[in-house]
Amino acid sequence: MTILEAEGLSIGFGGVRAIDGVNISIAAGQVFSIIGPNGSGKTTLLNLVSGIYTPQDGAIRFSGESVTGFPPDRLARRGLSRTFQNLQIFSQMTVLQNVMVGRHRHERTGILADLVHWPSVARQNKTTRDAARASLARVGLVDAADRPAGSLDYGALKRLEIARALASEPKLLLLDEPAAGCNPVETQDIDQVIRSLVKDGITVVLVEHDMRLVMNISDRVHVLARGKTLAEGTPQQVRANAEVIEAYLGVHGSQEAAHARA
Amino acid sequence: MAELLQFVFSGLTVGAIYALVALGFTLIYNASDIINFAQGEFVMLGGMTTVFAALAGVPLPLAALIAVAVTTGVGLALHRFAIEPARGASSVVLIMITIGASVFLRGVAQIVFDKRFHSLPPLFGNEPFRWGGAAILPQSLVVLAGAAVIVVLLWLFIERTLLGKAVIATAANRLAARLIGVNTRRIIEFSFAVSAAIGAVAGILITPIALTSYDVGTLLALKGFAAAMLGGIGSPLGAVVGGLVIGMIEALSAGYISSSYKDAAAFLIILVVLVAMPQGLFGRVKVERV
Amino acid sequence: MRVLIDTRLLPVLVVAVIVVVLPLFFPSAYYFRVGALVFIFALAVVGLNLLMGFAGQVSLGHAGFLGIGAYAVAIGPVHFGVPSWLCLFIGAIISGAVAFAVGRPILKLKGHYLAVATLGFGLLVAIVLTNEANWTGGPDGMNVPTLTLLGWRVHGSDAWYWIAGATFVVGFLLALNLKESPTGRALQAIHDSEIAARVLGIDVARKKLAVFTISAVYASVAGSYLALFNGLITPDAAGFLNSIELVAMVVLGGMGSIFGSLVGAAVLVVLPQMLTVFHEYEQALLGLIVMVFMIFLRKGIVPSLAGVLSGWRK
Repeated sequence: MTILEAEGLSIGFGGVRAIDGVNISIAAGQVFSIIGPNGSGKTTLLNLVSGIYTPQDGAIRFSGESVTGFPPDRLARRGLSRTFQNLQIFSQMTVLQNVMVGRHRHERTGILADLVHWPSVARQNKTTRDAARASLARVGLVDAADRPAGSLDYGALKRLEIARALASEPKLLLLDEPAAGCNPVETQDIDQVIRSLVKDGITVVLVEHDMRLVMNISDRVHVLARGKTLAEGTPQQVRANAEVIEAYLGVHGSQEAAHARA
Repeated sequence: MAELLQFVFSGLTVGAIYALVALGFTLIYNASDIINFAQGEFVMLGGMTTVFAALAGVPLPLAALIAVAVTTGVGLALHRFAIEPARGASSVVLIMITIGASVFLRGVAQIVFDKRFHSLPPLFGNEPFRWGGAAILPQSLVVLAGAAVIVVLLWLFIERTLLGKAVIATAANRLAARLIGVNTRRIIEFSFAVSAAIGAVAGILITPIALTSYDVGTLLALKGFAAAMLGGIGSPLGAVVGGLVIGMIEALSAGYISSSYKDAAAFLIILVVLVAMPQGLFGRVKVERV
Repeated sequence: MRVLIDTRLLPVLVVAVIVVVLPLFFPSAYYFRVGALVFIFALAVVGLNLLMGFAGQVSLGHAGFLGIGAYAVAIGPVHFGVPSWLCLFIGAIISGAVAFAVGRPILKLKGHYLAVATLGFGLLVAIVLTNEANWTGGPDGMNVPTLTLLGWRVHGSDAWYWIAGATFVVGFLLALNLKESPTGRALQAIHDSEIAARVLGIDVARKKLAVFTISAVYASVAGSYLALFNGLITPDAAGFLNSIELVAMVVLGGMGSIFGSLVGAAVLVVLPQMLTVFHEYEQALLGLIVMVFMIFLRKGIVPSLAGVLSGWRK
């Protein structure tokens, strides 16, 4: 089943075509990676798919329904979630509270009920708290639950964002450079987390620079360069593609990618 | 027709002042991304300081010079003691700081000066001359000419001097400017000083017509900001155009609709601009990068 | 065995105790008056704190809603013969409606744009109240008929002390409830990262509008009380200075700290009573307070104290 498809996606900023006529088709349950040199439009593509930017051209369909131009909160309610490259943590709240916010679309109390604190609100708080803890457990952050979010280290914050996105029970999860700035141990943790997500049937779209991670974990890889699609295929196909090697991987990079399976 | 001309002229006159306030906003905003709510107080200080210096016996030209110097000093102090220490704070915090500064300056002015309205003698007498049936005060022309001179001088400075280039660089990209050796802190300081000076001059020019008192700053800041927004925040040309447009709309609505609600014109303009074209007439649309 | 009283409600209990116990220390009736004023302003400040402290939206025109509530209980009885208590509700509804209408466009704005828009709104309300002299009595304001509840004329500092105190406790409870609820979490999330909030499914625009409306209703009720208590209302109530005073109270007590609302209101109501010269220096002092707190003590009194105390405990 195709969970996400985009056709002819385009957007420009001040005369620069950041994304130009890109088509993607993602099957449910896959890990789909988007790679490319800096400035190739990876994050822009992610922003288009997650509703932060509205495409100037093209269409997007999520689970068969048109979602072109939908804002992020509408997409979230349909089961699309994402993390951010430059971390958008709620730093004034605790780790647990961050993830509790992730439960928002499953919470059922209204503002008046909240003001008056009907018993339903207390029940809702408890359900949310429990679900949030479960989410934290999946990324190994349960012990940090009551610490202020701002006090976590970088790698932990990346996992917190994933836990928070997970808490919304997405069908499709977009991860924007989850391993950026992480050391090899932290990257391994991210690898494990992604694998466990896939096992639960979540489709993962990954934007990444870490070739080892990408080649290890992806079912399909889509290469962008200067806003356009350069290549797409299995990791092996992309790795061997001469154009991709020239534009992005380089000889060293392709060797590194080859060693990923070793 | 004569009536229309009258309104147009008074609109342009007061619009020139709004333009100068807006220009002050723009200068500081471009250098530092800060909206300085105390901008209106610079105008107030220019007028009030001149008045009180003159009352103390200082000859008028010298009083005006002193007023500009004092106001510039206040601008520098504002930057050094209120803005600098809070560098890097969120925009909410910075807004509140400049608002606090604005109220503080009003409060101090209330104590140091007084609460009454004051005037200054106009530069070329009070006798209005007739043009197309409209009665035009000579001081109106002084205001318009003065504003024009300031705008031209500023433009020349930005385009023709090295320091001006540094200001543009800082406005375009603060980090990059620092990397090429521009002392951005000094540039921001400089922008506060120049804004204050411009505001002071505007205050001195308009006092013979519109009078001044310790609390004129708030409405001026509001209207100047509306002008900057209408023109597109960050665009000096937009600031000037926006100021003149707001002045005109205000004068025309005061003349043809209701004079007691003329102050509301600026607020309504803000709402309309914000809803219909938030980037203003000449502004660039900002894209948030995530 | 479960605790009989939900610990969540402890702060409310503390406040309720304060309200009840304080009069024991009052040497004269005058103190009831000060106390009433503190609780009236604290009520408005709680509302503003929900907007500024929780949701992180600046409002420099909040006194406008205070003014609407205040004039509702003046105009209603005087010009329409509607009983005061009903006008209080009508005023709150009008404030809420105005907040809803004005909020929709202006809450789309960020930072300084929002601040200026709210500033303009407050000034506009003050202008209307000053100009429409036929209805409002113009710059000199108008008399406010005394509130009658079931035949009992409500007047006098002690009566209003209890009314304001009780209402404040209720307002405090509602705000505390909101904090520990899905809506409260959503608001705090919006404060820290709007974009992350949206991505998690939060309808940011709607939440902001909701909290703006709620804070307007708080201010309106406070304004109505103020007018009924004083028996007189002038357009200054909706003016810029009053808006700044409310902001200063929020900042002083601590943005986002509901208990801080009481502290902030207490300080800025009591101080002028203590320093008779205060009136002269009021504006300068307010401005200074806002500046100093925003530069050096951003968290405000209550959270800073709480931070110091928990630091000691460790």
